[in-house]
Amino acid sequence: MARKLLLENIDVPGINSMEAYRAHGGYAALEKAMRMKPAEIVEEVKKSGLRGRGGAGFPTGMKWSFIANPPGVPHYLICNADESEPGTFKDRFLMQRKPHLLIEGMIISSFALGANTSYIYIRGEMLYVLHILEKAIQEAYDAGYLGKNILGSGFDLDLYVHPGAGAYICGEETGLIESLEGKRGNPRIKPPFPAVKGLWDCPTVVNNVETIAAVVPVISMGGDEYAKIGIGKSTGTKLISACGHINKPGVYEIELGLPVEEFIYSDQYCGGIRGGRKLKAVVAGGSSVPILPSDLILKTPKGEPRLMSYESLSDGGFQSGTMLGSGGFIAMDETTSIVKNLWNFTRFYHHESCGQCSPCREGTGWMEKVLHKILTGHGTIKDIDLLWDIQGKIEGKTICPLGDAAAWPVASAIRHFRAEFEEYVKNPSKIKDVKHYYRLHDMPVI
Amino acid sequence: MHDLMSEKKNIKFPEDALVLVHRIMARYPPGRQKSAILPVLHLAQAEFDGWLSSPVMDYVASLLGIKPIEVYEVASFYSMFNLKPVGKCVIEVCRTGPCWLMGAEDIVTYLEKKLGIKTGETTPDGMFTLKTVECLASCGTAPMMQVGEKYHENLTCEKLDEILGEYRKNTEDHISHWAKDKIKSKEA
Ligand SMILES: Cc1cc2nc3c(=O)[nH]c(=O)nc-3n(C[C@H](O)[C@H](O)[C@H](O)COP(=O)(O)O)c2cc1C
Ligand code: SF4
Ligand code: FES
Repeated sequence: MARKLLLENIDVPGINSMEAYRAHGGYAALEKAMRMKPAEIVEEVKKSGLRGRGGAGFPTGMKWSFIANPPGVPHYLICNADESEPGTFKDRFLMQRKPHLLIEGMIISSFALGANTSYIYIRGEMLYVLHILEKAIQEAYDAGYLGKNILGSGFDLDLYVHPGAGAYICGEETGLIESLEGKRGNPRIKPPFPAVKGLWDCPTVVNNVETIAAVVPVISMGGDEYAKIGIGKSTGTKLISACGHINKPGVYEIELGLPVEEFIYSDQYCGGIRGGRKLKAVVAGGSSVPILPSDLILKTPKGEPRLMSYESLSDGGFQSGTMLGSGGFIAMDETTSIVKNLWNFTRFYHHESCGQCSPCREGTGWMEKVLHKILTGHGTIKDIDLLWDIQGKIEGKTICPLGDAAAWPVASAIRHFRAEFEEYVKNPSKIKDVKHYYRLHDMPVI
Repeated sequence: MHDLMSEKKNIKFPEDALVLVHRIMARYPPGRQKSAILPVLHLAQAEFDGWLSSPVMDYVASLLGIKPIEVYEVASFYSMFNLKPVGKCVIEVCRTGPCWLMGAEDIVTYLEKKLGIKTGETTPDGMFTLKTVECLASCGTAPMMQVGEKYHENLTCEKLDEILGEYRKNTEDHISHWAKDKIKSKEA
């Protein structure tokens, strides 16, 4: 049985309350942390090898150590609970079921970073989760874990939840900061990085929900012990939200290094593909990461089993690899139309582009149109080449990584499934009545 | 013109909502009250018929001590804010990749047929507005949709019939995301 650090006791009735959470060992890590020095906490997090769980996988301890210290200027910690990456639903699950784990992590992390005011920026659609968090925060104030002189340490902290209002781009950390300042969520040009100039121009750290939650086990077991879990530089456990055509969609906590094949087919996790059909493709880390056909997701280009880890998933680079990303694992069976799925993703990025950079604003819309043309049977081979060309002109040429996130799915779909695009172009009559996807009670298509 | 002026005068949060607005503003450092704009707009949308008219946005600007344009540019950026009148019950169906894989298109088509409207429209009786939205972080229970604060998951056509039936019985004003009653009773 795999080790559970974050989802431990998740099924205990009432674990969302202070009483049950504490009865199961909750807030012990906080008590321990308050007897440590902030620098010692940062050191433990560094030793743990914990990497950001929001998508980029940047080492958390290192990020924390970049925080600037101009005299007399407050520091801020913001938890990124904007979770909007298609395929990702782990943060919502964790906050809804174990809100105190996030709050405990926020208090420890704020103490480590010297922040006396911290915010949880939650996406506006999840206002019901906001109520759950606010209730838990009130309980934490009542218990003396928040407010003035926490546990007699002399450390003060106020923690607030701040709702967004529907904009994927507010998940990008500088877009999020702009949004929290009460503006449109337009990402900022970097540098300066938030660690130097963030919220209200003060040094700021933005971390994902799962990252901050993982600080709790890091402190309770110690950085060295945490680093023993996982494989190589992929230490610890990771929440994977699995969806699509699998038998058992849901949020799973895995030890990094689990073979992808075991994750997809074992009963402990996804339980195989629905209806016993064949796996066609997987998007392993949220919609932004390159799609891989089944043979490449199960095995690396060298023929070794592919593992659920930062390194193994990216083995082969963009030619034949992908990324762990946010852990949004989307499985597609043999009935799925890669072209239509790509059109849908591209439509999403076009819709969510903030519009500041022309390659992203215009390129995403253009790709959406070309894909629609192909999808409706009016495409030509030249259109496929055009798509390739456009995506290449977006990647790396924009203010924020949304441009890359829109380009990679297009590049990888054409790279691995070009024949399917050509089929749409050469045999438009064949695709006329195709539904492009499969539901349990539908007849199979193509 | 006259109508607009008189309408403007009536726009005021009830006392309990005002208390809440001030509590929200106090979460940000002095001089940074503009940060309260998103939560206060959510509250305004819930209080004033489920959408943000320009007089409502002007009122929010005056509460926060900022220019009306600062509110307009924010309200028009975020997809949760309705800038046109909506039905009492806004149905938001997720249409993004993972939900699409599980049949979101069928859900939208079925609702359009059943309600006799196209996506983006409101039924003539003012009961339902149909919207499509992007991934709501519930892809494991796809296809899904949101009504007010509630997520309806693992949808089928039969389930939709049931859900619509329940909302038809709704006698409340507008069903909103913010669930103001919950917040007010706790905070006020
Ligand atoms: C378009 C875009 C959307 C993003 N959305 C999220 C998100 O919803 N949640 C999140 O934690 N990080 C998101 N990120 C990543 C953040 O910018 C940032 O890297 C992350 O919050 C840092 O936290 P971590 O180091 O703990 O992962 C997004 C990035 C981009 C470019
Ligand atoms: S890349 Fe796209 S989303 Fe990012 S700043 Fe530029 S236009 Fe906005
Ligand atoms: S795609 Fe619909 S909830 Fe994620």
